[in-house]
Amino acid sequence: MLTFLNALPGAVSQGLIWGVMAIGVYLTYKILDIADLTVDGSFCTGGAVFVMLFTAGVNVWPAMLAATLAGMLAGLVTGLLNTQCGIPAILSGILTQLGLYSINMSIMDFKASVAINVTQADTLEKLLVSLRFVQGAIRGDFPLWRHPILVVGLFTVGLIALLYGFFGTELGAALRATGSNGSMARAQGINTDFCKVLGLMISNGLVALSGALLCQYNGANEINVGRGAIVIGLAAVIIGQVLFGKLFRNFALKLLAVSIGAILYYIVIQAVLAMGLNPNYLKLLSALVVAVFLSLPYWKGKYFRTKVKTGGASHA
Amino acid sequence: MLEIKDIWKIFNAGTVNEKQALRGVSLTLNDGDFCTVIGGNGAGKSTMLNAVAGTWPVDGGSISIGGVDVTTLPDYKRAPYIGRVFQDPMLGTAPTMQILENLALAARRGQRRGLRWGVTKAEKEQYQAMLKNLDLGLEDRLTSKVGLLSGGQRQALTLLMASLKKPKLLLLDEHTAALDPKTAAKVLELSDRIVAENHLTTMMVTHNMKDAIQHGNRLIMMYDGKIVIDVSGEEKKKLTVPQLLELFNKVSGSDEADDKLLLS
Repeated sequence: MLTFLNALPGAVSQGLIWGVMAIGVYLTYKILDIADLTVDGSFCTGGAVFVMLFTAGVNVWPAMLAATLAGMLAGLVTGLLNTQCGIPAILSGILTQLGLYSINMSIMDFKASVAINVTQADTLEKLLVSLRFVQGAIRGDFPLWRHPILVVGLFTVGLIALLYGFFGTELGAALRATGSNGSMARAQGINTDFCKVLGLMISNGLVALSGALLCQYNGANEINVGRGAIVIGLAAVIIGQVLFGKLFRNFALKLLAVSIGAILYYIVIQAVLAMGLNPNYLKLLSALVVAVFLSLPYWKGKYFRTKVKTGGASHA
Repeated sequence: MLEIKDIWKIFNAGTVNEKQALRGVSLTLNDGDFCTVIGGNGAGKSTMLNAVAGTWPVDGGSISIGGVDVTTLPDYKRAPYIGRVFQDPMLGTAPTMQILENLALAARRGQRRGLRWGVTKAEKEQYQAMLKNLDLGLEDRLTSKVGLLSGGQRQALTLLMASLKKPKLLLLDEHTAALDPKTAAKVLELSDRIVAENHLTTMMVTHNMKDAIQHGNRLIMMYDGKIVIDVSGEEKKKLTVPQLLELFNKVSGSDEADDKLLLS
């Protein structure tokens, strides 16, 4: 129990970081209605670009921007494969993801893992988030405002505000219409191919940004960091939807629910680890959680009847 | 307003399933014409409408709307000129978006969509007034998701959306076929009203001969990928269903029209 409580702030921090990726997944899965498997690759791309630039002496912000742009490029490739080459979206994502493995390796100089030297105080000081700030900010080694929960929390709020604004614009509405009903969108003069590509770019940009944050947090980027990212993203989206779907109607709150979903996911993971589960079973656990939560709405519709209220006026 | 010149469309070319859906169709609609289109299943009515809307490129011929050659343009680039209502009530609206948002999307049909707000306050009041005018009880449900509406309400909304930004051409593709008779009549009446108020050049595909005769100022009948009957003005006004059937039999050289047109 004590180990679990000690690990809680770390779990919340990690959840918030993965939450940024989950918001990216939400945009494709829920708004564009595409299950985009690019994220397993682009997540690592973000970390790889960041770690190489940062260790080469680039400031943390431009390095994060570059990571985001690299992710957008990955989204662009998937989008073009889908819209210009007629490859089904799911397969386009798989192709990009596979190709990205080699690209990520080459970005990282063909090393499976590249570390940031966080034992050096001045290097650590330059990072936006780090595992070391979790305890350090509480102990007083670092100012309290550097606590990852605070930093990534504010970062997430800023991102949500930005996305909320964007999806309220004409272009954002065009993107939503594309996902909601393509034939309607085209009848209104919306270039649905362009919207799909743009949506995939924004989504993978966020995913790569999340990868860059996690790389800082862990103090290293390793080639397999993104494996199963899509499942974690879906888990966060679904947990958020199941728990807050009825409560949160507003778009910004829905994005917030995704972020909270990611946090809860990491708390659960931390809890089962504290109970002594072999970490190698985590992927199986994640897959099961997502499978069950995706099945629930289907089973609900198939096997449960809605209670009929007798009496009262009909609303037909 | 609309000029179709000798258009051809062949599906599954070179296979046993080859279907010459349009075989040299030519048609000119004048400004303000309301043309009804009838014909049996597979006659090419919907294919012709889709060819005009740009669902896919035609295999031959040309199409121009209001003097602009649109033959090679994809559907979304023809949208500035065309308002559409589909046969399937699901196709014309975005179900996960609000009534208000759907209308706002339609009001910007064919315009460049940038980073201005998707819906303005002034629009909201304007749409509320328009919906009140439709008398479907939708004016108080502006923020409801369109997915919650009935088929008839959706078709009415799609009609309003299609005419919100006045199109050069309105395409109605059997837009009442999926509705019950009472709702169909109401949507048809609404179509007449919107066409008349906005003085729209319109093409309406229908399976119902009576509707085809009652509405519009011109009637064409298609058979086997061609226009076989084209009547307008006084001649159309005097037309009756039996006369139309007889005309059709003469043209097509068979009496299959009776089954095909009356039963479908």
